[in-house]
Amino acid sequence: MNQPCKPILRVQDLHVYYPVETGTMFHRQTTMLKALNGVSFEMAPGESLGIVGESGCGKSTLARAILGLQQPTRGRVLWQCEPLHEMSADTLREKRKELQIIFQDPVASLNPRMKIGEIIAEPLRNFYPRMEKVQIEERVKGMMQMVGLLPNLLNRYPHEFSGGQCQRVGIARALILNPKLVVCDEPVSSLDVSIQAQIVNLLKDLQKKLSLSLIFIAHDLSVVKSISERVMVMYLGRVMELAPREEIYTQPRHPYTSDLMRAVPIPDPEVERNKMDILTYGDTPSPMDPPSGCSFRTRCPWARDRCAADVPILRRLGGEGRVACHYADEIDLQER
Amino acid sequence: MPKPRTMAKPGKILLEVEQLEVLFKTRDGVVRAVNKLDFSMVSGETLAIVGESGSGKSQTALAIMKLLAANGKARGSAKFYGRNLLEMTATEINEVRGEHIAMIFQDPTSSLNPYMTIEEQMLEILVRHRQMSRKDARLRALEMLTQVDIPDPERRIRQYPHEYSGGMQQRVLIAMGLLCQPELLIADEPTTALDVTVQDQIKRLMRELKEKSNTSILLITHDLGVVAGLADKVLVMYAGQLVECAPVDEIFYRPRHPYTAALLKAVPRLDHVGDYDMHPIPGNPPNLLNLPTGCPFRTRCAEAFDACHEMPVVREVTPGHSLRCHLDGGALK
Repeated sequence: MNQPCKPILRVQDLHVYYPVETGTMFHRQTTMLKALNGVSFEMAPGESLGIVGESGCGKSTLARAILGLQQPTRGRVLWQCEPLHEMSADTLREKRKELQIIFQDPVASLNPRMKIGEIIAEPLRNFYPRMEKVQIEERVKGMMQMVGLLPNLLNRYPHEFSGGQCQRVGIARALILNPKLVVCDEPVSSLDVSIQAQIVNLLKDLQKKLSLSLIFIAHDLSVVKSISERVMVMYLGRVMELAPREEIYTQPRHPYTSDLMRAVPIPDPEVERNKMDILTYGDTPSPMDPPSGCSFRTRCPWARDRCAADVPILRRLGGEGRVACHYADEIDLQER
Repeated sequence: MPKPRTMAKPGKILLEVEQLEVLFKTRDGVVRAVNKLDFSMVSGETLAIVGESGSGKSQTALAIMKLLAANGKARGSAKFYGRNLLEMTATEINEVRGEHIAMIFQDPTSSLNPYMTIEEQMLEILVRHRQMSRKDARLRALEMLTQVDIPDPERRIRQYPHEYSGGMQQRVLIAMGLLCQPELLIADEPTTALDVTVQDQIKRLMRELKEKSNTSILLITHDLGVVAGLADKVLVMYAGQLVECAPVDEIFYRPRHPYTAALLKAVPRLDHVGDYDMHPIPGNPPNLLNLPTGCPFRTRCAEAFDACHEMPVVREVTPGHSLRCHLDGGALK
């Protein structure tokens, strides 16, 4: 990729393993759950990246590792060319201003005993303890306006707000420190459809206005379509495909991406009626015991011997996008 | 090749809900979760009730099954083959539940008893409702597990729920729901808690069962994609009321209510190539304790005008298509 600017974030061969106790009472064993199994990508400043995958694919672990909340087992995260996990606690704390997160459950991520104004002001109080009260209030009100909340709601409590409004508070809290990268971990999954679109549009506007780098995590491809310039599809701790949205939505190259596309129901009865083909996806194997070689091979109709032997690496196929499949250039995904 | 539309067989009226109201006493006042709702289902038909949170769709289902929370009260009538479910005693409704009307819920994990094997949970139903011997019941349970594509049912039936994946748990619940061949299956957000590929499989399974078994399904969901693939008829609810009810194609291709139209537009579309815009509905979902006067949608409606300060009545705009709106919606896209 010939980006003129150097990447703001570089994730290199990231592995995160969690020890899990298994076995019976007298034969305790510790197995490693491989939540991330060699993930690499980079992001340009001001870019928006969508990360999509089903439960257990490692997308939330990746978010935590990028924010420095999770120590990697191997590999590293370079934030503006500096390895995030080797920083001293003080430096890391400084960097936290630049790295913010928006959570999935907007109501649960707000302290019910704090007023909206206090919630949004808290990061400022933490990082700038000497900031004047008046100045804080001014910043908070400005931020509330920016996320579409009336500043006179300052003294309300979260329970007085709807889910969509709570998510706006979460966004305001994340943006008040002027971060450079915001990770949104399924920010709209628990919201109604009509409100989802509001929040996505808001994030999209703010990203442009503030030239933020934005990571938008979701479990289905339809939600990230509008906001992500590039989309990364993950499965069992690995990246299956990483491509600009123009490519991934018109011509998915990985069998798993194609499955994810087909699985999304289309709100058009005619289209759905014609989707009568028998399609089985198979169950996702346990991340404690992932298949050898390509982790998707147990669910892939095109899997051959080589898929069990070698782990496919992300490679370029003509376009800008990259795909981790040995046979991506041979198979016809429409054939299924 | 496009398949011909499977028309709902002209069956007799299975469920007739009239003037259904669900009220909850809360500290802040009485909440009217469902407001004078009328609808009916004929046998073999799949009716989808669509709405966002707080629209009253789940409370409608719970009221029919007499499963409302302790502070809730249902009024009106819900006649199942002519018998009002709302007036039934606990013994009577228990006969109906499981045997004639089965229900599956959103979260499969919390619907299954973690301390009992799948076998015990399935057999319990048949022994209780069908007075079957355990041996016969076991055979029937295995047959149902096979029907919902549980691999190796002989082994699987002896396992506990935690040994199943979320998708398999939901299949087991569907199998359990269908054990007594109920006339009506109420499915409350059956796909919401699942991964997309699993959702798709559950949706396909439900469609297959619907075609094979002639069970009527009352599908409660917010997912219009699932509705498009499963429903024969769609009822759209907003703030506890019916706003539009029509055959599935009418709702999707000729929506009359501004809310229905806006909701359809708000769904992000994977099939619209090159379209990266999202179309939200402005404003917030209605607060049932503080509804605007007149049409509850008017504060968010792009078409609202003076008359909307008065509550529109439900009327039939074309045969089988009812609408609660002052506009006739013909021009709405």
